[in-house]
Amino acid sequence: MWVYVGRRLLLAIPTLLGASVIVFAMVHLAPGDPIAAVMPAESSAAEIEATKRAYGFDRPLPVQYLVWLGRVAQGDLGRSIATRRPVVLDVRDALANSLVLALSSSLLAFVVGIALGLLSAFRQGRVVDKLCAMLAVIGVSVPHYWAGIILIIIFSVQLNWLPAMGAADDPGLGPYLRHIALPTVALALIPLGVITRVVRSAALDILNQEFVMALRAKGLAARRVFVHVVKNAAPQILTVLGLQFGFQLGGSVLVESVFSWPGTGYLLNLAIFQRDIPVLQGVILVLATFFVLLNLAVDLLQTLIDPRIARH
Amino acid sequence: MASSLGLGAAVDAGMAAPVAGAPMSYWRTVGWRLRHDRTTLAAGAVLLLIVLSALLAPWLAPHDPSAGSIRLRLASPGTPGHWLGTDEQGRDMLSRLLWGGRMTLLAGLTPVVVAFVVGSALGIAAGFVGRTTNTLIMRTMDIFYAFPSVLLAIAISGALGPGLANTLISLSIVFIPRVVRVAESATVQVKGLEYIAAARVSGAGVAAIVRHHLLANVLGPILVFASTQVSLSIILAAGLSFLGLGVTPPEAEWGLMLNTLRQSIYVNAVVPALPGLAIFATSMAFNLLSDGLRDAMEVRG
Amino acid sequence: MTAPLLRARDLTKRFPLRGGLLGRPRAWVHAVDGVSFDVNPGETLGIVGESGCGKSTLARLLLRLIEPDTGSVAFAGEDVLRASRSRMKRLRRDLQLVFQDPYASLNPRLTIEDAVAFSLLVHGTPRGEARDRARALLDRVGLDPRLHGRRYAHELSGGQRQRVNIARALVLDPRLLLLDEPVSALDKSVQAQVLNLLQDLKAERALTYVLISHDLNVIEYVSDRVLVMYLGEIVETGSAEALARSPRHPYTQALFASAPSMDPDRRMDQPPIAGDPPNPIDPPSGCRFRTRCPFAMPRCAEVPPPFVPVEAGHEVACHLYELEPAGRR
Repeated sequence: MWVYVGRRLLLAIPTLLGASVIVFAMVHLAPGDPIAAVMPAESSAAEIEATKRAYGFDRPLPVQYLVWLGRVAQGDLGRSIATRRPVVLDVRDALANSLVLALSSSLLAFVVGIALGLLSAFRQGRVVDKLCAMLAVIGVSVPHYWAGIILIIIFSVQLNWLPAMGAADDPGLGPYLRHIALPTVALALIPLGVITRVVRSAALDILNQEFVMALRAKGLAARRVFVHVVKNAAPQILTVLGLQFGFQLGGSVLVESVFSWPGTGYLLNLAIFQRDIPVLQGVILVLATFFVLLNLAVDLLQTLIDPRIARH
Repeated sequence: MASSLGLGAAVDAGMAAPVAGAPMSYWRTVGWRLRHDRTTLAAGAVLLLIVLSALLAPWLAPHDPSAGSIRLRLASPGTPGHWLGTDEQGRDMLSRLLWGGRMTLLAGLTPVVVAFVVGSALGIAAGFVGRTTNTLIMRTMDIFYAFPSVLLAIAISGALGPGLANTLISLSIVFIPRVVRVAESATVQVKGLEYIAAARVSGAGVAAIVRHHLLANVLGPILVFASTQVSLSIILAAGLSFLGLGVTPPEAEWGLMLNTLRQSIYVNAVVPALPGLAIFATSMAFNLLSDGLRDAMEVRG
Repeated sequence: MTAPLLRARDLTKRFPLRGGLLGRPRAWVHAVDGVSFDVNPGETLGIVGESGCGKSTLARLLLRLIEPDTGSVAFAGEDVLRASRSRMKRLRRDLQLVFQDPYASLNPRLTIEDAVAFSLLVHGTPRGEARDRARALLDRVGLDPRLHGRRYAHELSGGQRQRVNIARALVLDPRLLLLDEPVSALDKSVQAQVLNLLQDLKAERALTYVLISHDLNVIEYVSDRVLVMYLGEIVETGSAEALARSPRHPYTQALFASAPSMDPDRRMDQPPIAGDPPNPIDPPSGCRFRTRCPFAMPRCAEVPPPFVPVEAGHEVACHLYELEPAGRR
């Protein structure tokens, strides 16, 4: 099994390297001169050239890549063109905020999703099942940014129960929770739908196996059947949980934009419009790395639960 | 696994098989199942309505979608002459929704179609040729898989800049790796079956085997998968416009409309909800349709 | 003595077992090891052995579905393994295979008519003629083309599907037909029907058969000569009648002894072979059967036994016979 672990770790390295190449390349595909966008229009050509050289934009691309990669490996993500602050600091703060949102949203989606999925599977064909299935389809189909707006309309504008904007001004857990409530629900909808469907499908596959049906017919206690289903469906469920957490972390851009939540998505948005390349690269690279490591962790967790998977 | 909506009911009612005696090809079975699945039929009807209204927008729209009027800003639905109200610039919502539908549907469907064609080709090649080609293609796809879909779409769009063409490119890049994975997996599975070996023993070359034996058995699952991606594609396409990365003003597009109307929720809550409702309805119809397609195409017994 | 139709020499195929961090082979599965034999025109050669002895791999090697590590295959004097692609395509008309699994060997998307006709289309026969010949052949194997022709594989029973397989193999008018466990997946009553059909077809079309099976009854029923395989090697060859009358190799003896008899007076008390079926990954040194052989001697672990004739046309690879050239047993 450790061979499998080792092999997966080894495979992650070229994936990360490849991702870094893409991150580096995509930003340089962009039309428009990044420096000119940030410096005042009256800057002399000399000033622009000087800034360019300071950021290293005048050297050939492969060299730029290696230099950039070297610095990244040491934790230096450069400085923001717009604010001149080290990118690492901005990304770190933003990442923390996004993680909190992603975690709370995941908690909601996982718990409700798994509960509904299992409920659906064990009551297959009945009204409960149809209701849950319908809820799941709704969850998967709803554009989360629109859901966010609707939530704001209902809970902020009309009922005035919860605030519409992101980070709380007043310190304390209460206000923080009130501010995070709506974004959490908005972000959780799509994953909730996906998880419900996957859990239901996985559980049904197991329940419909002949030997399980035979055991149930013989009167095996419902609790033991339940445990068996959960244990065997765990790998599939884990995979989808991992994927959805990644979606919430990376896909929070849209929800953060609606609620002005100061996370990585917000930062990304800003960086795109200011054409702040170092920040852009930093955010995407950090998120991608996170995602790769997350998938790796999910894979390894799966092999721990079900060693058969390590058969590669 | 029959979905709990629709087809399950038909099967439960004992209509397990069509007319006995007539040879049933696979596709005819699929057609029969689809015809008896009420939920899917309903979703299909709604979708047809949406697509038709989008296609016929130039003739159906009562007003010019870019014609605004400062007087009539943010009128509620039901205002005479403007059944669905007007937006923050006084433009007729119904007309903008109809025209916007064309953009959103185009931006949502095209990448999936492109991904289906390109992804199938790459995946089948990887699965059939094997070893080096396979490693090359699949590892490259893995690199794109390192990014969550939304992030990748935004990153590429952000790099390329706003505009419909760039949106299509970035979304295609997001969906191609997924299709490749499904295509490769299906191809590898079919390739190991004995009727492929039998075709080789008959002397068929690679081209003949792929055309006559592989494609028919592999394209089905790929098509089902592609259909499940459409709703996500539409949400992403509209989402990109929502962020200002997709279609640009003054074009009408549902996501863009959602963005520009966002600030107006404090004045009139109903009108800003409409574009999102349209996205939601379209996305849901596609999901129900693809669910029904998957159930109908499932190989049973 | 006419020249053999098929001549196999020293066929060897090992499969790597990959493992370890970099996926390098850490062990080899010895599927087929140095197998040589001839197939004479007009005969039925039966190849018998347990699961895992390499029979199916051998079949695929003979048809060049997989490439051997070493060895040669000659059909009517022509080298099969070195044939060019166009030559190979022509050779495919002469050498055909009936597969083991009647369910997986038919494309679920084709009508059985089209499935049979496909082989002809590949070789350039015009569509109309291909369809006619396919229908004629379906009729010959006992499936009325008007009733079944436009049916799909999933609508037929196992026996019917196997008939389609046979039709498909015969539509190209081959000279040699390889049958890999052709009836193993069928019910006993259907087995007899299919075997009889095969016998009739062979007589009508002057075919040569190589039939692979683990079932001794099937082998005895149809074969003229028999090869016994164990763990990738041939251990005994001879006419079916000679082997049935006096099997020499301890493994062959065990095989015949363990075949369930319909005679209630011949019940067995003890299983004739001890030990587990062999693992082809690390075969025993010397004679591979020695770990299960009741007659094993020290010599068996040191030297692989050579082929020794015990009668005309009857050879055994066993040290027991090497020491007694006069054929005492």
